[in-house]
Amino acid sequence: MEAIISQIIPFSNVDGLGNRIAIFLQGCNFNCWYCHNPHTINRCKYCFLCVQTCPTQALTMEDSLVKYDITKCVNCDECIKTCKHNSSPKVSSYTPESLYNAIKKYLPFTRGITFSGGECMLQAEFINEFSKLVSKEILIDSNGSIDFSKYPELLSIIGGVMLDYKASNDEFHQRLCNYTNEMVINNIKYLLNNNKLKEVRIVILPNYECENLNTINSAIELVGNSVPIYLQFYRNHGVRVEYQENFEPNQHTFDYENLVSRYASKGYQIFMR
Amino acid sequence: MNQAIFNIISNEGLTYKQMMLQLAQYGESCADILDYNPELLRAKRDGIICDLNEGIAPFRPRYICVDFELFMKNGSDFLGLKPATNLLEATTNLLILYTHIPSITSYPVYLGNLDTLLNPFIDENNVDFAREVLRNFLLQIDRTQTDSFVHTNIGPVASLTGELILELTEEMNLAIPNLTIKYDETLTSDDFAKKAIHCMLKTSKPSFANHEMFTKEWGNYAIASCYNGLAVGGGGFTLSRLRLATMAKKAHNIDEFLIDILPYYAGLMLEFMDQRIEFMVEQSAFFKSNFLVQEKLVNLDKFTGMFGIVGLGEAVNYLLNINNPKYGFGFNEQADMLGEAIVNRLNELLEAHISKYCALSNNHYLLHAQVGIDSDFKDNSPGIRIPVGYEPEISEQVIHSTKLQKYFPTGCGDIYRFDQTWLKNLDALLDIIKGGMANEMRYFSGYLADSDVVRVTGYLVKKSELAKLDANKQSINQASVFGQGARNNQGALDRRVHGSDN
Repeated sequence: MEAIISQIIPFSNVDGLGNRIAIFLQGCNFNCWYCHNPHTINRCKYCFLCVQTCPTQALTMEDSLVKYDITKCVNCDECIKTCKHNSSPKVSSYTPESLYNAIKKYLPFTRGITFSGGECMLQAEFINEFSKLVSKEILIDSNGSIDFSKYPELLSIIGGVMLDYKASNDEFHQRLCNYTNEMVINNIKYLLNNNKLKEVRIVILPNYECENLNTINSAIELVGNSVPIYLQFYRNHGVRVEYQENFEPNQHTFDYENLVSRYASKGYQIFMR
Repeated sequence: MNQAIFNIISNEGLTYKQMMLQLAQYGESCADILDYNPELLRAKRDGIICDLNEGIAPFRPRYICVDFELFMKNGSDFLGLKPATNLLEATTNLLILYTHIPSITSYPVYLGNLDTLLNPFIDENNVDFAREVLRNFLLQIDRTQTDSFVHTNIGPVASLTGELILELTEEMNLAIPNLTIKYDETLTSDDFAKKAIHCMLKTSKPSFANHEMFTKEWGNYAIASCYNGLAVGGGGFTLSRLRLATMAKKAHNIDEFLIDILPYYAGLMLEFMDQRIEFMVEQSAFFKSNFLVQEKLVNLDKFTGMFGIVGLGEAVNYLLNINNPKYGFGFNEQADMLGEAIVNRLNELLEAHISKYCALSNNHYLLHAQVGIDSDFKDNSPGIRIPVGYEPEISEQVIHSTKLQKYFPTGCGDIYRFDQTWLKNLDALLDIIKGGMANEMRYFSGYLADSDVVRVTGYLVKKSELAKLDANKQSINQASVFGQGARNNQGALDRRVHGSDN
């Protein structure tokens, strides 16, 4: 069994509580306007355009595949700029055991491991097998589109799920992410009932104040005061140019800080991040 | 006219006290008292051995770590002080004693484990009063002990006093005193540690000391000056340094370095240290007549000699013909192994040498990873550090520091510069510190990239004070001038900023 991994960050302070090893799996079933790492959406289509533009010959064509030599790579990201398929040649395949060997030296300095993506639950079986090898807490960072109730063993091993709630209105969700939110809402309920929902995250979008408020209110309704809700303002960083214009001008007419403090005063765990 | 003296007394950039100390140093430099080996003097001229301008006639230990617990219990006959019975008396007694402790800088390098010293006098029902007294105590230290090598300890166990000191340290944002928290996962609560981490990010202090490691080595220990581990009731007689990178250029290959060059210069430095310590103990007045000795607030047997090194990384890279530091020490298994081999060789040499004194360290001198001075420029990085500007990702830097720091009982540590994301996840730094200490990291320091108070190499300065010196104005802090030199010559303030993902 192998997983395609786009990146491993040995020490991350933004992927859950404490210092965590963040593992980003390649491939996503959403295509969000504000995706800040769109090169993780698709797997390689083997068009070999990046092989031609790589300035250090770190990429070569071998057996009809793109071979990536990390020792020659200077991380200029020319390949990612070249790619027309929202993918990256800088990915690696790991078995659960080889991934464990790659990260074990970092484990003593970390609270646990966070799987992210892409959408890491597309490779849920891999995470399940890997999780049996480590004793530290595993967290999953997910868009909520894969039915968690189908993975009881995985849920029993991991510490919990940090779930993105992109929009409560399904029509808007489909425009924004090219995917329905039906399963996302089911998962919020399911994970909550099974005590595995660590946090809900909402991105506050410029020009969509109404949708933002609906989503925040819906999240409050769904999780009550039992799970923290984190609001994060949209940032341009990494977002594809053609989608950035949806969020111009990047400013808000609504006072979200005020909303957060009003909810907080009523006992809800809602925070700006 | 004596030009050297004239230059000192006409220097508008010096405070009166700084001027007096420079005149005293000049006076000492005229003392023709000890005959040093000509080969040693040549090694000094060649820049291979450096005595950190300690002066040619050693008349007091470089670092003195007074047994403040004993002082609190007994007071002092010489100073005419009875044991304190309340918080005001306790802080007053300490402030009086501080002004009578000698050192290389003439300011005390160790002020005691303040929380355990003062907590018995703190009334939990009158925290506001305690906070006011402590605020004035810390203010008095900053404005009268005007030197960044003045160092305070707290911990390992949380206390109201410890928390008040952290709270005030953050609020007052001062460069003096330096501050270390003794950290032990089994003794220090996560809550207290996270308060210390928050304070460290905001004000560059406290640093974290591996309490278990230092306790095993020293018993009751102090962290003094920059990050020097020494015995309470003792200290460090003297500290000289080998500039390993400069020394490496004398060798044609690794074997010659390890077999001939390193032992030759280490031998010269050991002889130099013997000579200085013997003079200090046997002929100068300190160990015969100083009240600290007579009242047993320090004890000759608890002092040691500190054998310093700088430039290990550059030495290794030179010996392995590595021109780009990005592929050398800190990035390369072979380079790291050679670094360890050099340190092990030095340890063998130190263990083979019997010192007349240093009873607590079994009559041996102990290794010290010295934090560097501005005249080292970029040729010899501090101690065993990876050169500033070439730091790897934080994960690799932390793991690297767990490999070699254990060999330096008299002090070794690394400094990390952070972005704002770490403030939002104090647990992340706590995990790194816990993991580091469990894996033989000795000492951990950090600060936020945009802080005013910053850690230069081991000591703290205010960037706003450096700006005064840059404008030819006086800085009250005697150490600011070292910070200015380290900034200008070594880029010491240009450390890599570690963000959320590196």
